This record gives sequence, structure tokens and C-alpha cells, in this order.
Amino acid sequence: MIFDTMMVIALCILMLAILANLYRVVKGPSGADRVQALDTIGINLIASIGVFSVLLHTHAFFDLILLIGILSFIGTVAFARFIERGVVIERKR
Amino acid sequence: MFLPLISALAVPFLYKYLNRQVHTGWFVLLVPLTIFIYLLQYIPHVAAGETYKYTLSWIPSFDINITSYVDGLGLLFGLLISGVGTLVIIYSIFYMSKIREALHNFYVYLLMFMGAMLGLVFSDHLLVLYGFWELTSVSSFLLISYWYERQSSRQGALKSLLITVLGGFGMLAGFIMLIIIGDTYSIRELIANADMIQGHVLFIPAMLCILLGAFTKSAQFPFGIWLPDAMEAPTPVSSYLHSATMVKAGIYLVARMTPIFGGSAVWFWLVAGIGIITLLYGSLTALKQTDLKALLAYSTISQLGMIMSLLGVGSLAVYFGPGESGTVFTVATFAALFHLFNHSTFKGSLFMVVGIIDHETGRRDIRYLGGLMQVMPITFTIALIGAFSMAGLPPFNGFLSKEMFFGAVTEVSHAGIFGLGNIGMAFPIIAWVASIFTFVYCMIFVFKTFGGRFRPEKLTREVHEAPYGMLISPLVLGLLVILIFFFPNVLGKYILAPALTAVLPMMSVSAYDLKISAWHGLNMELLMTIGVVAVGIFLFKTAKRWIKAVRNYPQQLTLNHLYNQTLRGTEKLSASLTNRYMTGSLRHYLIYIFTFFAILLMGSLLLLYGIRFDFSNNASVSVFDAGLVIGMIIAALTVLLTSHRIVAIVALGALGYMVSMFFVIFRAPDLALTQMVVETVTTVLFLLCFYHLPKLAKDIERIPFKLTNLIISAAVGLTVTVLALSANGHKLFESISSFFENAYELAGAKNIVNAILVDFRGFDTMLEISVLTIAGLGVYILIHQRHKALRREQDETE
Repeated sequence: MIFDTMMVIALCILMLAILANLYRVVKGPSGADRVQALDTIGINLIASIGVFSVLLHTHAFFDLILLIGILSFIGTVAFARFIERGVVIERKR
Repeated sequence: MFLPLISALAVPFLYKYLNRQVHTGWFVLLVPLTIFIYLLQYIPHVAAGETYKYTLSWIPSFDINITSYVDGLGLLFGLLISGVGTLVIIYSIFYMSKIREALHNFYVYLLMFMGAMLGLVFSDHLLVLYGFWELTSVSSFLLISYWYERQSSRQGALKSLLITVLGGFGMLAGFIMLIIIGDTYSIRELIANADMIQGHVLFIPAMLCILLGAFTKSAQFPFGIWLPDAMEAPTPVSSYLHSATMVKAGIYLVARMTPIFGGSAVWFWLVAGIGIITLLYGSLTALKQTDLKALLAYSTISQLGMIMSLLGVGSLAVYFGPGESGTVFTVATFAALFHLFNHSTFKGSLFMVVGIIDHETGRRDIRYLGGLMQVMPITFTIALIGAFSMAGLPPFNGFLSKEMFFGAVTEVSHAGIFGLGNIGMAFPIIAWVASIFTFVYCMIFVFKTFGGRFRPEKLTREVHEAPYGMLISPLVLGLLVILIFFFPNVLGKYILAPALTAVLPMMSVSAYDLKISAWHGLNMELLMTIGVVAVGIFLFKTAKRWIKAVRNYPQQLTLNHLYNQTLRGTEKLSASLTNRYMTGSLRHYLIYIFTFFAILLMGSLLLLYGIRFDFSNNASVSVFDAGLVIGMIIAALTVLLTSHRIVAIVALGALGYMVSMFFVIFRAPDLALTQMVVETVTTVLFLLCFYHLPKLAKDIERIPFKLTNLIISAAVGLTVTVLALSANGHKLFESISSFFENAYELAGAKNIVNAILVDFRGFDTMLEISVLTIAGLGVYILIHQRHKALRREQDETE
């Protein structure tokens, strides 16, 4: 029971963190700030899904955790490339 | 009945292989001749009161059969169609050039028309009758625009088609109402149930619709305007269609329907009233024409009006029934049929005369013609016979029918029913005045063309008498005109009397047998005719003084002007309407779609009392749900209010991720996975598109505010929300998801979602795979084609 309560509290804290990051995404003066915030949101999401799985006693969402990890990485890299070079995929001619 | 239609198929072959040697018309001539001779055999039988009925089943399951029914009226028309048809074809053989004209077209259309017309008069089935009716309209359209390279031909054809088809549709509606009332397709059975029909609610609408059809086809006021423009057709066509046959289809219809509708006041007033107005209008307008064919066209209109009004007067006989006063009005119907026949003879010959004049002089305008009496004596004689008959002079047949006409309209004035008391006096007066005008234009026709000075310098060709072949048909018709005057009773007894029985089946035959013979004697009618001649001659002599007044009648007040204005007005109106709502802007179309979506759904919800919320079965809202919803709202608002496109894209991505978090919370791992991947790819694609935006459009600050957009989007959002909430509260059945819980036993799968996707409902998945394939191929093709085009451009510049 206490364990569950702890988990819920953890989830709420994570949620607050996501909201704070979201604020950065909206406000963020530069593009890089927003991308940073998105990356952090992704990691927070991973954490909250983990906690959530514990809460639900299921391992059905573990795939999703891995996926978010990959996607968040790829997305951040893509954004970074976009900001730096203007294109995501370069043509080789 | 189908002989002309079938032989029309053979005409092009004959034309192609034999026209060099023999004029195609000679082969075509056999068709109406055969029909004519065949129909002649019926005369003795039909005169004895027999009728014939043949049925050919067509769509038996709908009770639609081609039923042909031969009685007096049908036979009268059948004889006219085939007889005049024969003569017209003889005439056209000499009129139409073998070398210059596309004869196969001409004869195909003509035979098509003839078949349609025969089908029309012999049909007993209402819908089949309508079919033939439209076929006459179409073939008439083709014949009028026979010289399709002329603009006036095309316009005349279009006008006649528009007006007659308008009437045809009206008639179809009337027929359908009649079928509903009588519960039968057969005219015969409808007539048998006439009493029952007259009491029905749809009786008057059906009558009005059918009369609309009859009036447009028979060029009655105010629908007569197409007929003068139809004069652009070759003269044999004008002679055949626009004097002898097609314009009589409306007359036929009125006569056919008299046993059903006759006897009611509306029918009498419409038919007789419109008829007599048409008579006056046609004869007055004919005065101002300078073109001979237009003059004859208006005279046709006026004569048709006369026949129509006689039929209207004759319908009173249905009201009175057999008896003294009923018999009096029966004579009117008889006069109508008699004049119908007479008109076909003399008007046919007059048109042919005009054709001859046109053919031999190159002119059709009376201002250029004159003094043709000496050069064309035979043509002159025929014209004289025809015109005097039309004017109603003895010793020609027009005299007899005009006398009967006067007799009939005088009788109307003291019929004393349908509020005829005082207004009834107008009938003989109008009829008398119109007859004077008729007399005057007939005189103009004859004496301006053939009398006066011969002026060869104004004519384009060297004038001489027409070839004999061309004269055969008008001569035959002219002879008929005289013969009928001297022996009207032969015609009356064998052809007209049975036709009369068909129009007024309830009258006994013996009552009018006497009346036919009684055409002698000094009476009121004769005095009226003498008056017509006297005033007519006076007016003709003084024509130079007053004809200007008629000719200067303002163009703005004519019916043609009205028609043109209406046509132009409707075109302009529809164009402006279309231009107003079809702006080409996608935003506007979306506004329409969404507005209607919101209005229709919201309206039906409100009207059907569909808004009912029921939250009893809902789950409780957890903290995570609330947090996610707040996050989603913030992200959505960011998309709307941001000033950078890239922020909008990122916010959209965030929104998508939060949706996938919702899938997590609601325990849908597969959906969450897919949503995550798809969202990422979509965001990347958005970024790609963003990169390709042109420089100018890249930095638009934010979405500009528009009040309509806000209102519509709010309305749509509200509608969908209300709809979803009310639908949620109204679960009528248990869901079927318990079945899918057996996934392991049934499909051997532990994952229900996947089992549904590939096993239970694999078909959807297959199609979605193909959607993805198509999308992929489409993208590839779009990009590839563009590269190709670019490369080609480069090659060209190099």
C-alpha cells in the first residue's frame, strides 16, 4: 500500500517535471532549448512508463520504454542536424 | 408502326451504294406509301365502328407494353401522317439536291420522325406515348438544325427543343398523376373510368401538366415562339412537321384526353380560351412578317389556335351529354377535326409553294418578290387555292370549316354555363376579328408575291416555272382542297365521323350524321363570312396606311424578347451564383463543409432530443489523466498561437507523444508503440516540408485571426463533444469484445489486438497494407516525375 502510494507520488513528480519541460518547449527562446526540453520529456516519459508498469504489475510496456529511448535519441539527433545544417538527410551526389 | 424506324436504319447504306445513280428519296418513298395503302384498308372497318388492338410486350413485369390501338382518331392522324409524308417525300426528291445535300441524314431523321409520329397517334399506353412524343421532339430538333453550319438553324433548333421538351416533361408528370389516379396505363381504361377520375384531388394538376405539353407542342400562346424560328429547316420539313403533323400532336393529345378531362370548366376555359387568344395573336403577328415562311408559321399558329378553341368548345358536349345542346357542341369537335384535316392539306401545299418560290427565285422576302403570276402560273394557282382556303372563301374547304367555326363560337355565347354569360360574347367577336386578319395576310401572301410588277433585277436567279416533279405534291394537295369542298360528306362519313366517335365516345352517331350534310343555307355564319371578306378587302386595300403601325410594334414587348431575356437572365443568374460560391478557395469550401456538418448534426440532435448525458457508467478521473489533458491543451493552444512554424511542429509532436501516453494509461501497449513511431516519423516529415517552404512564406508570423473561423471551429468542436458524450450515455447493446477474449483457443494468440488484426479481421489489415503501398508508390512517382521533368527542362536549355 505504501509502496503504491510512493509510486503514485513518483509519477506525480515526473508529471510535474514533464509539465515544466513543456513550459520550456513552449516558451523556449531558441530552437535548441526546445529540443533539449523534448529530449528530457522523452527520458521522463521512459521513467514514468517504468513506474506505471510497476504500478500495474505488467511488463507489456517494456517494449515501449526501449522504443522511446531509441526514438528520443533519433529525434534529438535529427533536430540537431536540422538546426545545424538545415537538412536532416543529406544527399550524396 | 415500326416500319419507318426500321427502314431508317437501311437509309445510310442505300445512300452510300446507290445515291450516285438514284436519288435516295425514291427508296424512302415506298415506306409512307406502303403505310398509307395499308391504313386505307382500315377505313371501311373503322367507319363501321370497329377498333383494332395489338399488343407487343416490352416490359411486362412493369406492365409496360407497346399497345397500338386503331380507332377513328388514330386513323385520321395516321392517314395524314403517311399521306402528307408520301407527298412531302416526293417533293423533297425534287427539292433537295442529290449532290450538294447530305441526304442520308435527311431521310433518316425524316423516317425517324414519321415512325415516332405514327407511334404517337396509335399508342394506347401512356408511357409509350410519351416516349414517342419525345422522339418527335428529338427528330424535329435534328431536322430543324439540318443545315447545322448556320447559326440561325442551330438557334431555332435549340429553342424548339427547349420549349417542347419543357412541355414534354410537364406532360410526363401529368401522365404519371393520371396513372396514379386511374391505376392503369391504358388510355382506353382511363376513359372508361372518367367519372371516377374527375373527382380525384390530382385531377386538376394532371390536367394542367398535360395541357402544358399539348400547348407547347402545338405552339399555343405563349409557347408558340419556337415555331417561326423552326422555319430555318428545309422547306419539306417545315411543310411536313410544322404544318401537317408534329404541331398537331398537341391537338391529338387534347382530342384524346377530351373524354377524360372534358366537361370541366378549367379544361374548357384553358383550351378554348388559350386557343382563341392564339388565333388572334397568330393572325395579328402574321401581318407584320415579310418573310413568307415566317408568315406561314404564324398563320399555322393561328390556325392551330382555332382548332384548339374548337376542341375546347367541343368539350362542352361532354358536359351536356347526349341531347339537343350537346349535339350543338359536338359539331364544334367535328369542325375541329375537319379543319385539322383541311389545314394539313392547304398549309402543306402553301409551304411547298413557298419552297418552290425560294428554289426558283432565291428570295423568300415579299419586299423583293412580285409579279410572279406570269412566270409561274401553276404555282400561282396552287398558292391561290391554298390561301383562299386558309382565308375561308368558297369554293375551298377552308370555307366549310370556318363556317362551322363561326357556328360553334356563336353557340358558345349562349351556352350559359361556366360563367359564360357575358364573356361568352367575346368568343365570336375575337374569332371574327381574327378571321379578318387571317383574310388580310392571306391576301398579302398571294398578291404581294404573285401580283404587282415583276422585278427580275432584285432576284438572284433566272426565274422560271418549277419542274413538274416539284409541282406534283402541291397539286395533289390543292386538288384535295377543292374536292373536299364539293364532296365533304365522303370524308366526313368515312374518316371524320369515326374520329369524332373516338373523341366523344358518349355521343350517339346518328345525332350528328345530319349536321355534316347541313352546310347550305343563308344563316348567321354566312353573314359573318361576308363581313370578313368586306372588311378584309377594305383593310388590304388600305394596307399601306396602317401596316406601319403593326410593323412598328415595339420589339421589347414581343414574346421572343421575353424568351431571350429569360434565357439570358437565367444564364447570368446561374453564372453569378456559381461564381459567388465557387470561389476556388479551399478555405471557403471547408467553411461550407464544416458549417453544414455542425448545423446538420446539431440541428438533428436538437430536433430529435438526442442530447442526453449519462455519466453513471463512467470511470473516475485519475491525476495522470488530468495532467495529460492539461498538457495536451497547452500543446494544442501552442500550435494555434505560436509565431514560429517550427514551434508548431514541435508542439504537434508533443501532442502526439501525449496521446501515446494516454494509450499507456489506458493499457494499450501496441497502440502506444505504433503511435510513438508514427508520431516521430510524421514530425520528421513535417520538418522536411518545412525546409522546402519558399523563403517568403517561411516567416509568416502567426495564424491570422478570423472570427468566422473561430465560430465555426468552436461550433464543430462543441458538436462533436456533445455527440460523443451523448453517444457514450446511450449504449444500447453489450459490446462483442467478450468474443475476442477467446483469442487463445480460437487463434492461438495471446495478444488480442494482434489476433484481431491478422486473424479475426485480417481483411482490414490487408487493405490498409495496400493503402500504405499506394501511398508509398504515389510519393515515389510524384518525386520521380518531378525529377524527370526537371531533367527534361535542363536538356532543353542545354
